Amino acid sequence: MKRHLLEAADLDRADATLVLDTAAQIDQALAGREVKKLPTLRGRTVVNLFYEDSTRTRISFELAAKRLSADVINFSAKGSSVSKGESLKDTALTLEAMGSDAIVVRHSASGAPHRLAHWVRGSVVNAGDGTHEHPTQALLDAYTIRRRLGRLEGVRVAIVGDVLHSRVARSNIGLLHTLGAEVTVVAPPTLLPVGVGSWPVEVSYDLDAVLPKADVVMMLRVQAERMNASFFPSAREYSRRYGLDARRMSLLDDDAIVMHPGPMNRGMEIAAEVADSVRSTIVEQVGNGVSVRMAVLYLLLGGNEPA
Amino acid sequence: MNYLIKGARPYGGDPADILIKNGRIAAIGESLSSTSAEVVDAAGLIALPGLVDLHTHLREPGREDAETVETGSRAAALGGFTAVHAMANTDPVADTAGVVEQVWRLGQEAGLVDVVPVGAVTVGLRGERLAELGAMADSAARVRVFSDDGSCVSDPALMRRALEYVKAFDGVVAQHAEEPRLTAGAQMHEGNRSARLGLTGWPAAAEEAIIARDVLLAGHVGARLHVCHVSTAGSVEILRWAKGRGVQVTAEVTPHHLLLTDACAESYDPVFKVNPPLRTDDDVAALRAGLADGTIDAVATDHAPHAVEDKESEWAQARPGMLGLEQALSVVVETMVETGLLDWQGVADRMSVRPAVIGRLEGHGRPLAPGEPANLLLLDATTRAIVDPATLASRSRNSPYAGRELPGRVVATFLRGVPTVLDGKATK
Amino acid sequence: MASSVEPARNEPPKSGAPSSPGALLSSADVARVVDRMAHQLIERAAASDPGSPNGGLSSLVLVGIPTRGAPLARRLAARVEAFSGTTVDVGIVDITLYRDDLRLRGVRALEPTVLPDGGIDDRLVVLVDDVLYSGRSVRAALDALRDLGRPRSVQLAVLVDRGHRELPIRADFVGKNVPTSRSQQVRVHLAETDGADEVLVTEGDIT
Repeated sequence: MKRHLLEAADLDRADATLVLDTAAQIDQALAGREVKKLPTLRGRTVVNLFYEDSTRTRISFELAAKRLSADVINFSAKGSSVSKGESLKDTALTLEAMGSDAIVVRHSASGAPHRLAHWVRGSVVNAGDGTHEHPTQALLDAYTIRRRLGRLEGVRVAIVGDVLHSRVARSNIGLLHTLGAEVTVVAPPTLLPVGVGSWPVEVSYDLDAVLPKADVVMMLRVQAERMNASFFPSAREYSRRYGLDARRMSLLDDDAIVMHPGPMNRGMEIAAEVADSVRSTIVEQVGNGVSVRMAVLYLLLGGNEPA
Repeated sequence: MNYLIKGARPYGGDPADILIKNGRIAAIGESLSSTSAEVVDAAGLIALPGLVDLHTHLREPGREDAETVETGSRAAALGGFTAVHAMANTDPVADTAGVVEQVWRLGQEAGLVDVVPVGAVTVGLRGERLAELGAMADSAARVRVFSDDGSCVSDPALMRRALEYVKAFDGVVAQHAEEPRLTAGAQMHEGNRSARLGLTGWPAAAEEAIIARDVLLAGHVGARLHVCHVSTAGSVEILRWAKGRGVQVTAEVTPHHLLLTDACAESYDPVFKVNPPLRTDDDVAALRAGLADGTIDAVATDHAPHAVEDKESEWAQARPGMLGLEQALSVVVETMVETGLLDWQGVADRMSVRPAVIGRLEGHGRPLAPGEPANLLLLDATTRAIVDPATLASRSRNSPYAGRELPGRVVATFLRGVPTVLDGKATK
Repeated sequence: MASSVEPARNEPPKSGAPSSPGALLSSADVARVVDRMAHQLIERAAASDPGSPNGGLSSLVLVGIPTRGAPLARRLAARVEAFSGTTVDVGIVDITLYRDDLRLRGVRALEPTVLPDGGIDDRLVVLVDDVLYSGRSVRAALDALRDLGRPRSVQLAVLVDRGHRELPIRADFVGKNVPTSRSQQVRVHLAETDGADEVLVTEGDIT
């Protein structure tokens, strides 16, 4: 493992598999236990440095660190020195001077975790940066797929929605490709980046054509406000062409699953009966997130480079 | 003080001595001697006319923490320049005779290069109504180049009027070609890398569309147009087409667009953030070819100093721009001379002669010949050195070449016979 | 969960390769030592629970510490069964997440932790490891056990005790005491993990 986890490309196939295997062992070790706490990272300090509100991601990382007995400091940019104009660099150096071993950072600017990693000696974990990446989300998604379907190699994954603005999509595409899955992105052309042709994915504009061939459908959050910048004409038209409703769900294979990184816009990209169906892994993904983040923190902080 | 430069190679040709008297070149020939002149040993050095930059940000008035006319002038002299055009996007904006005269006077006081102010096209660079272009032209600063650089004159009707109006005093509008509606929030070249890095793309078409429009307008009204910092292969094609049709259009390319690509953005280090953005390998190749065949007339630095806090930040928060004056000639040697695309005459043409003509500067861009003003530089083209931003004369440190080895070292620069640089050091 | 542990074998595996010359314990020695430890386990279990029908063995759980403690626990269980006719539960407790030397030794892949159905509450747990040295692995295993349940009693069985304890820990069952210097390396090889049974003592680091 590298010292930081900034993007999916930081993980080769062996590393990514190690994270998933470790998460599985942690899950298994903690299953059915009353004491869900391990002493592994006692005396280590993990800082959650969040420049964007994201309660669910922060809580997931916080729980992961606490279950490994690390000390956790939550540093929210709001109401802190950051809102008084302190730079990212000064904040990073301050946190490091206070003895942080790892910084988990969420930031609205793509690449902010890369900059941070440049300035600090400890580990940096990207908890979502702008429209760039969200690697632990991709790891928990891969973990969820592997648990449900038993494998990742050759699994056909359709990623549907606002790929252009989605850090979840970028991380998933990179990681799933590393792990041997076959990814198709489905979106209106306005919500795919120029340059998508260089990605290791198939591109489709037709959801109905893709669904029967998919083992996994990953729905992305689509902000209705995007229609104000003419990415699509109206929420209704978007939903009609790219939303996953009961009729479309019936096109899926019997064993296919439906994923969503949350938070969902019910009625926009996903219908309530789909989100609440047995195919849906949405609640499971949240639980798996803690195990995967424990695995990441353990592997980054547990020690030095393995010999 | 008179100077006798011994053994220099004018335009890279055979060694000759150059005698400078009273600010002019008195003689060029073999084995010159003079009892009154100080001898400068220039054995093996290449002599070129002093460089002229059409595009420099000196930041004064307003951001003296990033650069001043004096520090920028020193950086320019060390880069072999004898004249620089100071861009108008200062604070206050150089959109009145008062501001351009202030900048011009600061340049005179520094005395290291001729600082030639550029006037804003529109009041406050806001793109709404014309600034008093005639007053700036008539001022002591004698403004001939007008630009809203940093912003595009995007309103086509306003651009047409500006092109027409400056004909009265042989001025030229230097357009920052960027269709703003296509570049809202743009961070880097739009392509494969922006897609992966999650940075909002700056499409090549946003530059090309404006250039296409403006060459048509310039042709229609019979005015001169200059295009700033051309960055795409498509722009070179449009310029080639327009020149073929007889449009009076000239264009410049920056050193960084001749050398660097959008691959630099992968570090997310904002030292590589610039506007227009670094493009692809194909664009770099087209720009070099365009400069070599004359479609692009000039190299201009777009020297853009920024304070540390404006660059040591997240990419999106950082200000665009990079230093250029002190490394411009080295980059041209690396990208154009060592590749065989330009000879030394060509370098003199693109970095001195043509920019001086475009800016209507008298006394600059003149040949190395007896009777001409003694504006010249001596270059050691044989050495290579690693760029260390800490050693730069600029007040800022945002050099994209930090840590990179580049060829060539300016050993001396003369401004009207007075050395501004000797032994590679500024004389004041 | 015990079902996921390999079924116990009744005979120790036959060594496929002859022991290295200079081995401290040969393949035959290892088998003899394991047999003796199995007998001691039976005696001690009976003593600890005199009233119980099968000599206290029903409450016994042999819990191996990976890597080599796990096959060792299975072998001991197989020999106990061979000598007493009673099946003994076997488990594995991975101690990786309980180690206090992660900073020094770096991260490693985790092994599964497997406990018998019904857990370890009120059972007689015998931790099984290959070599007892500083005692830190055993301390980590004790911490792990504490999070997994509340055994009636915990004992320790090791194939080799090489001394140099750094913690107040001693083994209840020792296959062989081997005085060593700190510069020496003690290597236990088992057929299941290394292809052959033998115990080696070497000078310096083995890489």
